[in-house]
Amino acid sequence: MIDTDAVRGDFPILERRINGRRLAFLDSAASSQKPVQVLDAMADIYRNSYANVHRGAYTLSHEATEAYEEARHKVAVFLNAASDEEIVFTRSATAAMNLFAYGWGLNNLKPGDRILTSVMEHHANIVPWHIIARHTGAELRYMELNDGFRLDMEGARDRFDERVKVVAVSGMSNVLGTMPPVNEIARLAHEVGAVLLVDGAQLVPHAPVDVQTLGADFLGFSGHKMLGPTGIGVLWGRRALLESMEPAEGGGEMIRDVRLYESDWAEVPHKFEAGTPPFVEAIGLGAAVDYLSAIGMDNVLQHDRELTGYALERLAGVPGLSIQGPADTVDRGGAISFDLEGIHAHDVATILDQEGVAVRAGHHCAKPLLRSLGLTASTRASFYVYNVPAEVDALVDALGVARRIFGLDGA
Amino acid sequence: MALEDLYREVILDHYRNPRNRQALGRANAVADGSNPLCGDEVRVELLIEGGEVTAIGVTGHGCSISQASGSMMGDAVKGRSIETIRTLTGRFKGMMSIDGADEPGLDPSRPGAVLGDLEALQGVRKFPVRIKCANLPWTTLEEAINNFKAD
Repeated sequence: MIDTDAVRGDFPILERRINGRRLAFLDSAASSQKPVQVLDAMADIYRNSYANVHRGAYTLSHEATEAYEEARHKVAVFLNAASDEEIVFTRSATAAMNLFAYGWGLNNLKPGDRILTSVMEHHANIVPWHIIARHTGAELRYMELNDGFRLDMEGARDRFDERVKVVAVSGMSNVLGTMPPVNEIARLAHEVGAVLLVDGAQLVPHAPVDVQTLGADFLGFSGHKMLGPTGIGVLWGRRALLESMEPAEGGGEMIRDVRLYESDWAEVPHKFEAGTPPFVEAIGLGAAVDYLSAIGMDNVLQHDRELTGYALERLAGVPGLSIQGPADTVDRGGAISFDLEGIHAHDVATILDQEGVAVRAGHHCAKPLLRSLGLTASTRASFYVYNVPAEVDALVDALGVARRIFGLDGA
Repeated sequence: MALEDLYREVILDHYRNPRNRQALGRANAVADGSNPLCGDEVRVELLIEGGEVTAIGVTGHGCSISQASGSMMGDAVKGRSIETIRTLTGRFKGMMSIDGADEPGLDPSRPGAVLGDLEALQGVRKFPVRIKCANLPWTTLEEAINNFKAD
């Protein structure tokens, strides 16, 4: 159980009124709000301990470096990583996916090899593979969905063969909420000798993740969807694989030695962190990890599930509304996408905004998925630790307003 | 910001019953427009004869604002000369710009107000994120005219 009154008190933005209404922020799948603990941690560094990391032999630089590496340790503990060195800081989940695609994919794939992903992926787990496939001659293959908006594992089985060298799949769809069986996918991938990357942009903020049992070899996610700041992401990887992987960027910080015509890389994780890293943001992420750990990720998942269950039940009562995603809360996260017959998603979002309800409208950076569902846009409500059932009620009431304005309520 | 300013009945009518929604078999000026961020898509097909648009088809999909704007645009430009259409386009975009309140065509009581039904879209200006939806068909129309190829 989450004490939502206490949690909400930590998020100053939730006090805001939007168009005269109390804000119901239902777009955490796009980016979450930030508690004062995160804002304070970042302000504290800027005010008291700011200097570049891993550089100067003076007090401020030492303090900033300590705080940065402490944040890495917090993330490692949060994921139950084997060591802090398995945590590579990037600027985003997208950057983490690209680091893997370029660092691993570009150097390990050749013509005839296959990259296996799924139709429910975010563009960040599709477009890098388009680029890598073009560079290497490898081919991209997809796992499909079944009628229940879950990955069709039966149909996917014969796509796992020795040509597949990398499997890249989301741990939780940002559109459907679907949480695919990562363990089973890992087993299939490893049986054919493939490496498994999990896009954890939605999974890591919303469910307990233990990389020792997840089955993945790499995991990418961002800070800003899990109460942390923008500009920080993480690529976790098994140490041996990280060590065998080439850097995707060169520059300061990532080298052991630089001569005129060649250079040697630093040890992991630093060889992947060229340039001044977003260390204040990393420290902010560390504070977010502390905040989530204090709540407990089991409680976070449970809270999201309860709200999702309530929302699924209430939304089922809205005439003309169809949900794209599993109808129950089993292996499902708190992102609910829907189509309201007769009203385009952008119109829905504009009307909801006037009622103080913030939702996402559009293709959710998953155009192949929406196309496969026969849609060009949908509306998505998503939940996090600070959301309450009354906000689900506000959503349902505002959908009623939308139907009235469009003359669909039969009155 | 009243929602009634945005969703005028005439807009909803054009959205539900779009005019000129047809594929032109013998178009000689065609363009496709889209808003990559929101996925709205519009296709404008024109038959230009003797310097006039003698037939127009506006197809696509998207929100009520982009689709109603395209429907009304078709009615407004059909049978007009290219020169008049360019003037109309300028007036429409002027109406949609935040600081365009003094442009002719904004106020029905004002001389030179020729936008007709299109003036119902004025309310969109109060919703800045939706202005690009209203402009999409017009930008696509301009492109189609630029793509005109006489036989």
